[in-house]
Amino acid sequence: MAAKRSVIPFGPQHPVLPEPIHIDLVTEDEKVIEAIPSIGFVHRGLEHLVTKKDFGEMVYVAERICGICSFGHGYGYVDAIEHIMNIEPTNRAKYIRTLLFELSRMHSHILWLGLMADAFGFESLFMETWKYREKVLDMLEAATGGRVIFSIMRIGGLRKDVPDEVLQGFLPGLDEIEEGIKACEKAFLSDPAVLSRLKGVGYLSKEDAIDLGCEGPFLRASGVARDNRTSGYAAYGDMDFEVITSDDGDSYGRCYVRIQEIYQSAGIVRQCIEKMPKEGIYVPIKGFPNGEYMTIIEQPRGGACYYVHASGKKFIERMRVRTPTFANIPALAKTLQGCDVADVPILVVTIDPCISCTER
Amino acid sequence: MLENTEEIELIGLLNKIKEMKTDGSRIVQICATKIGSSYELLYTFGIDYDIKHVKVKTEPGEHVPSITDIFPAAYLYENEIHDLFGIAIDGINHDYKGKLYRTPVEAPFG
Amino acid sequence: MRISKSPWLLHYDGSSCNGCDIEVLAATTPRFDVERFGIINTGNPKHADIFLCTGGVNSQNQDVIRQIYDQMPDPKVVLACGICACDGGIFKDCYNILGGTDTVIPVDVYVPGCAVRPEALIDGVVKALKLLDEKADKMKRGEYRSMTSAEYAEALKIKGQLAEAADTEEKDA
Repeated sequence: MAAKRSVIPFGPQHPVLPEPIHIDLVTEDEKVIEAIPSIGFVHRGLEHLVTKKDFGEMVYVAERICGICSFGHGYGYVDAIEHIMNIEPTNRAKYIRTLLFELSRMHSHILWLGLMADAFGFESLFMETWKYREKVLDMLEAATGGRVIFSIMRIGGLRKDVPDEVLQGFLPGLDEIEEGIKACEKAFLSDPAVLSRLKGVGYLSKEDAIDLGCEGPFLRASGVARDNRTSGYAAYGDMDFEVITSDDGDSYGRCYVRIQEIYQSAGIVRQCIEKMPKEGIYVPIKGFPNGEYMTIIEQPRGGACYYVHASGKKFIERMRVRTPTFANIPALAKTLQGCDVADVPILVVTIDPCISCTER
Repeated sequence: MLENTEEIELIGLLNKIKEMKTDGSRIVQICATKIGSSYELLYTFGIDYDIKHVKVKTEPGEHVPSITDIFPAAYLYENEIHDLFGIAIDGINHDYKGKLYRTPVEAPFG
Repeated sequence: MRISKSPWLLHYDGSSCNGCDIEVLAATTPRFDVERFGIINTGNPKHADIFLCTGGVNSQNQDVIRQIYDQMPDPKVVLACGICACDGGIFKDCYNILGGTDTVIPVDVYVPGCAVRPEALIDGVVKALKLLDEKADKMKRGEYRSMTSAEYAEALKIKGQLAEAADTEEKDA
C-alpha cells in the first residue's frame, strides 16, 4: 500500500524543548520527507534597542540575547566596540575574559549533555550531568556574582577583578567536574541502549556541513577542523589547545566532540589560572565609537558574528548578531530529511538549539 | 573600517556572488543597515578563517535579487531582512512571505 | 507548612533570553530539587497545575500562551518567572514586546530576578501551592472558577476604559 503524506507540526511548546521552535514535518508513515522550520516565537527585536540605550548600556542588552551563552555575547559586542575605539584591554582583563568564556562553554556543554540525555529518555543521566553543571555555576557565581547572567563585561575591561585566591579555589572543583563527566561519558559513548539512539542518526557529510554554513561542534563532528578560538582573540593566542573533530558526522560524533570540549575547556581554565598576569583590569575610554567592525568569536554553539556600525554618537547605528544556531538551522532541516519521527527530538537537540539567540 | 570589503553596484551582485561560489566560499551572514534613507546590505563569505565582505547599497522600493539559487542556505537571512527592513527580495527558495517574524509593526527597522 | 497536593509544573518560554528557563530546569535538578515536594515538570498542559511562564509576551506567542492557559484544568496557578515575565524587563522598550505575562493571562505570583534564582523560584512555587489549596477549597464549595483568557482580555479592556475615563475626568476637573 502506498504511504500517505501527512504534515505533523512539532512545537512550539514541546516536552523536549525548553524553548519554542516550530517545525512542520512532512511525513510518509514514520519517515520524515521534508522539514520546514519556522521561528519567531522569541523574537523581541533587541537589536533595535540601539536607538534607546547608549553604547555602554548595550553591553547589558547584548548579554541578555541569551542566558546560556550570555558571556560570549557580551564579549563579542564589547570586542567590536573596542576595535572601533582602538582600545587594548589589559592582559589580566583578557585572561579573566578567556577564563569566564571557557567556564561558560563548560556549563553550556554540560547543560547540553543533560538535555540530550533527557531527549533519549535517560532521566537519571540528565540529573547526574546537571549535578556537575551546578559546580561550574558555583565557580561563575564566585567569580562574577551571577549564575547565568554575569554583567561583568565593560567596554575597556571588566567591572570587577576576580581575586587570585578565588581563582586558585577553582582548581579542585575542575578536577571533580572532569571526574564526574568521565563517569557520565561511559553512558553517553559506550552504553548500547544509548548508542542505538545516537550511532548513524542524523548523518551530515563534510561537504554538506561546509555548504550549508554549519558552525561549532555540529560542524566539527562532520570532520571540519574550524574553531575560531585558534584566531587568538582574547588570550587564546597564549593558550595551548587543539581543535577537536570527529569523522562520524552523526549524533554520536556531536556527543563525542562536546564531551571532549568540556575537558579541553577545563584545561584552558587551568592554563589561565596558572599564567594569570597581575595588573589592572580596566582601561578608561574616551569619546564615542565611530566606524564599523565585525568580530567573529567561537561560542559554545559555534562561530558568532557581531557587527557594529557607529557614527561617533552616543547611540550606535546598528548592532547585528549572527548566532550559530541561526546558521545551523538549514543543516538541521537537511539532517531531518529521511529520519524517523521518533528521532526528531534527538536531532533537534543535537544542534544544541538556542532559540533566543537565533531570534533575538 | 571593515577589512576585505568590496563595494559593488546592485546590478553586479549576482555575478559577484557567483564568483564567490566558484572560489569555494561559504555564506557566513547577510546583514542590512539603514543609512539615511537608503539601505546597505553586507554579505559576508568565508573560506576557513578568511572572511570577505561584499557591500551593496539599495534605495527603498528597489528589488534585490535572491542569492539562494547560488547559496541555498541563505534563505533565513533574506527572509529576516525582508521582514525587519521591508526590503523586497525576489526569488527566495523558501519564501516565508513576511511570516518569519510576525511583528506588530511592519518592517520595524525600515 | 502543610503541603496537601503534589502539583505538576508546565513551563513555557514566552520570549525570555533562556536564563530563566535554565534556572527553571535547574530548580528540578539535584541541587535544588523541587521534585522532593512531589512536583514534576510535565510537558502536557492538561496534566499541569502550575504554569511557569518566563519572558515577556510578544505578538507571535500571545495566542500560544492563551491556549496553554485555557487547556489547563482548574484549579490552576500562574507564576511569572523573572523580571521580563513580570513587566517586560530590559526588553520592555522593544517593538515586539507587549509586556509581562499579565498582558494576556491572569498572574497569581510574580517572581522577579534577572535571571530568577532557583531559590526564589522555589519560594514562588511554595506560595503557589497555598493559592492552589485555597482555590481548590473554594471550588469544592462551588464558589470559584478561574477566568478564561478571553474573559481576562475583556476585563483588561474594561479596566483600561475605566482608567481612561478617570483620566479624562481628572483633566476636566
